[in-house]
Amino acid sequence: MSTMTAPRPAARTNVAPLPVSTLAAKYWMAITGLLLVAFVLVHMAGNLLVYRGQDALNGYAKFLKGMGPMLWIARGGLLLVFLVHIGLAFRLSRRNRQARPIGYQVERTLRASLPSKYMLLTGLVILAFVIFHLAHYTLGIVHQVPVKDPQTGGEVMRDMLSLHDQQGRHDVYGMVILAFRQPVISLSYILAQLLLALHLYHGASSMFQSLGLNHSRYNALIQKVGAAVAVIVGVGNVSMPLTIMLGLVGQGYQPL
Amino acid sequence: MKLESKVPGGPLASKWTRYRSEMKLVAPNNKRKYKILIVGTGLAGASAAATLAELGYNVHAFTFHDSPRRAHSIAAQGGINAAKNYQNDGDSIFRLFYDTIKGGDFRAREANVHRLAEVSVNIIDQCVAQGVPFNREYGGTLANRSFGGAQVSRTFYCRGQTGQQLLIGAYSALSRQIGLGKVKMHTRCEMVDLVVVNGRAVGIITRDLVTGRIEAHAGDAVVLGTGGYSNVFFLSTNAAGCNVSATFRAYKRGAAFANPCYTQIHPTCIPVSGDYQKKLTLMSESLRNDGRVWVPLKAGDKRPPEQIPEGERDYYLERKYPSYGNLAPRDISSRAAKQVCDEGRGVGESGRGVYLDFKDAIARVGEHVIREKYGNLFDMYAHITHENPYRSPMRIYPALHYTMGGLWVDYNLMSNVQNLFVIGEANFSDHGANRLGASALMQGLADGYFILPYTMGQELASVKKEEVGTDHDAFKEAASSVQQKLDKLLAIRGKKTITAFHKELGKVMWDHCGMARTAESLQAALRRIPELRADFWQNVSVPGQGNDLNPSLEYANRVADYLEFAELLCLDALQRNESCGGHFREEYQDNGEAARNDAEFCHAAAWEYAGPDQPPIRHTEPLVFEEVKPTVRSYK
Amino acid sequence: MAGATKLMNLTLHVWRQKGPSDPGRMVEYKATNVSPDMSLLEMLDVVNDELTEKGEEPIAFEFDCREGICGTCGLVINGRPHGPNKAATTCQVYMRDFTDGDHLYIEPWRAAGFPVLKDCVVDRAAFDRIIQAGGFVSVNTGNAVDGNAIPIPKHQANLAMDAAACIGCGACVAACKNASAMLFVAAKVSHLALLPQGEVERTERVRQMVYQMDAEGFGACTNQAECEAACPKEISIDFIAKMNREFMRSCTLSQKSRGDSGGTG
Repeated sequence: MSTMTAPRPAARTNVAPLPVSTLAAKYWMAITGLLLVAFVLVHMAGNLLVYRGQDALNGYAKFLKGMGPMLWIARGGLLLVFLVHIGLAFRLSRRNRQARPIGYQVERTLRASLPSKYMLLTGLVILAFVIFHLAHYTLGIVHQVPVKDPQTGGEVMRDMLSLHDQQGRHDVYGMVILAFRQPVISLSYILAQLLLALHLYHGASSMFQSLGLNHSRYNALIQKVGAAVAVIVGVGNVSMPLTIMLGLVGQGYQPL
Repeated sequence: MKLESKVPGGPLASKWTRYRSEMKLVAPNNKRKYKILIVGTGLAGASAAATLAELGYNVHAFTFHDSPRRAHSIAAQGGINAAKNYQNDGDSIFRLFYDTIKGGDFRAREANVHRLAEVSVNIIDQCVAQGVPFNREYGGTLANRSFGGAQVSRTFYCRGQTGQQLLIGAYSALSRQIGLGKVKMHTRCEMVDLVVVNGRAVGIITRDLVTGRIEAHAGDAVVLGTGGYSNVFFLSTNAAGCNVSATFRAYKRGAAFANPCYTQIHPTCIPVSGDYQKKLTLMSESLRNDGRVWVPLKAGDKRPPEQIPEGERDYYLERKYPSYGNLAPRDISSRAAKQVCDEGRGVGESGRGVYLDFKDAIARVGEHVIREKYGNLFDMYAHITHENPYRSPMRIYPALHYTMGGLWVDYNLMSNVQNLFVIGEANFSDHGANRLGASALMQGLADGYFILPYTMGQELASVKKEEVGTDHDAFKEAASSVQQKLDKLLAIRGKKTITAFHKELGKVMWDHCGMARTAESLQAALRRIPELRADFWQNVSVPGQGNDLNPSLEYANRVADYLEFAELLCLDALQRNESCGGHFREEYQDNGEAARNDAEFCHAAAWEYAGPDQPPIRHTEPLVFEEVKPTVRSYK
Repeated sequence: MAGATKLMNLTLHVWRQKGPSDPGRMVEYKATNVSPDMSLLEMLDVVNDELTEKGEEPIAFEFDCREGICGTCGLVINGRPHGPNKAATTCQVYMRDFTDGDHLYIEPWRAAGFPVLKDCVVDRAAFDRIIQAGGFVSVNTGNAVDGNAIPIPKHQANLAMDAAACIGCGACVAACKNASAMLFVAAKVSHLALLPQGEVERTERVRQMVYQMDAEGFGACTNQAECEAACPKEISIDFIAKMNREFMRSCTLSQKSRGDSGGTG
């Protein structure tokens, strides 16, 4: 008989239990985190087509739209992943706070990286950003952009989602350029992307540890890969609003 | 008082095997009806508790620590002996037996020691099976090293943390039984008295150290695995909590205390460095495998060690004991260190220290090998002294370390009180007048895993089971006397701290009853101790209350016992007119070597408590040597 | 050692709490004429003696072996469990590690799983219960085969020893911002999982221990490695990764058989 079947004493503290064990909760954080990182990278790669011009980006957008139900499945899956990641993050951080009900008079850390201390905060900002981002581009709730009227030289407001290119495709390129010409929008995107990079700096390497995919021989490499992912996402995503805002990209663009 | 050793007949080598197959047993379905109270959960107590619970007994275990894993067995560094002969260097059960008997200066019971050597091999197997990570060779087999007093390599080890790993093994076995509900564990619960009814141990009184509650526990047998009494000397290598209280209270309830004067002074400790110091730190004897002990040739040579040329160094152990060299037994090495320091050749600020030098070993095998073998010990030394032992030699000096004396037990490990068993360092049985290195872990685990679980059955089955409940007057009397004593301590509210008394007692003991004793010094101590005790009961200051966690009260209660016990120790030392092992009387020596007196003192002295203010009564158990012949113990 | 050592004066801020239900507070004390060669605990002993002489109740704190192996002592000193030294326990902190005039903030381990009993003494029984849940090999005394019957590669035995070196002090919990016990549990899980003797119960052991750890109210791991930095035995967080693997393996493999019986347990 295995002797490990004795009844366990009940919890002696007021710490709220999780729906799964703390280890499994972290597995799910890591797995969903990994999927979200993958999404972020693919999303960024698609967006970087902005540098290849209007045709490339709009073509890519058309390809995505053309996927039909597949797109909706992917969107649904992504939403689910996102909700699990956020939901568990809230549950875990609540539990972690309860696990230390009284703090120290002198708080000091030795090894914790700066980003690792602010995962909940950066995560919350990213959440807020994602909501704004969806409202901005996908749902078109914030969809009025100022456009220079070629005739009068004055500014008129246009609906972003109504823009089309010469081939009649949805003009995603135009949306990006016009939106990021507005410094307020660009700066808020830049800020959000920097925080995302911080979040990934810890998350992208930490997920390996949580999943037990760790080995003393590869730990340094994993750290570097995590940092590299953070830097790539940060640089890639910041570059777009920055270059457009500064007029380095899409300067001559004029919507139809 | 009757001291019946109960050593079974027949040839020495087969006594235990034969006895084991002939002894009485408790039927499996009856075992759970026997409630066994085990006090102390170090190596001996934890292994006994686990094993007895596995057998089906109803076990209650008690420790004053917050967890069984804290017991001082954990601090044993060097290793554990076993006659495995894995090294093919001529080891055997007989050789381990002989080394141990000789190491103990022919003052131990032959049959017990032989049994210890026999079961030593099972201990290693058991510990490996529990997952104790012993050091291994590249081929995956178990590694060995040498220890003092032996010319074979029979010591098994886990880096410098052998005691820790063995204790964790026993602790995990105990934890398994606790988890299964077979052992009820009482932590932070200190035994404060033994209850004896009609010459039979029927229970204990404990104090819950968190709530201060005095509680009575009735049981069919009481097992004491409560360790030794080195802390009566104040400064020792023992943990702060180690104390004599459990065994001493048992003595006051009728158990005989045997050979209290057999105290071991370990040669390799970090020297005392200030009067605020509360404990001394041991540097494992295993270091003497690679370290060389020396002092300057000339007295008063205050040059730093590096500047003293080879020709002006005295490697005195190698010089005096060429065949054992730096691995001479502990008592002999300690006395040799004292001698050279008395000659004014001691090193360090106080002049009470000798060098333990690794320069040659580092040159021979490289620093990395030394680091792998002893890294944690070197680190510990560096932490304490702020010196780098890889660069300059360690300074060491002898300090109190282990006590061979303890409650008298028979071959069944039972004291003269029926159903009171005593195991591990707490009993007197196996090490005679001096313990060899790596033997304490062996004895603790032998008693707990492989001896007591058998012999207890024999004793329990030999007498009629009687239920004595905690409502018996004896429990009430014991509980109220404990309560009165605690109340009295708290009521004194004097001006002197508990530490001050303990420190003063320690100084009396070290100066008068330490490495070298004389009738005169012992008589001086015997005059001083009662004065100190009277002063304590007048002027000690014990802060706080009795009904909560009060470390001062716990400490005062223990010091009160030391103040009585110290007298017994000195009395025993005074009566033993010979030098043997750790007991060195300056009057009885032969050119600086201990001179035994087999004609008059080839016996164990067991002291019977005769009541307050009455001198205790000395009884003797003659030691009969059938197999070995006591000889002059020579390591030259 | 230095000849004439300069004595130090320090200000202590110590957590005082009468009992589990008392809210507790920081109290200031002066430690004067402290020798740099004193250990921190010896300095506290002196402060306690002074308090006793003044008729005040001394500060309760735990210690036993005073050589860094028993795991009894544990104070958070200026925000660091076991104080400023690397790879050392509280009893291995010396006053020379501080400078004259320093303020020392001395606090107990802080965790829901380690309730304070008095002042700086906490109850770490949760660790024992975690071990009781599965931190062992189920082998009764007398069942063992010869110690050399199963060879174990030296490096593997060494690795197991690295994990087994844990002294159960709880500094990992004290250092973690989530009061997570992962390093403690991981050390025991790894120690036994690395040895052939622990192999048989490997799957069930990690499950039971993790469930118990959660039941005791310790937090989750956020991979900050503060535990590793505080651990007096320098136990690596690689063992946490190993436990994560072991637990995942058990999630996929564990089958509870209801049919088994027998054994004395």
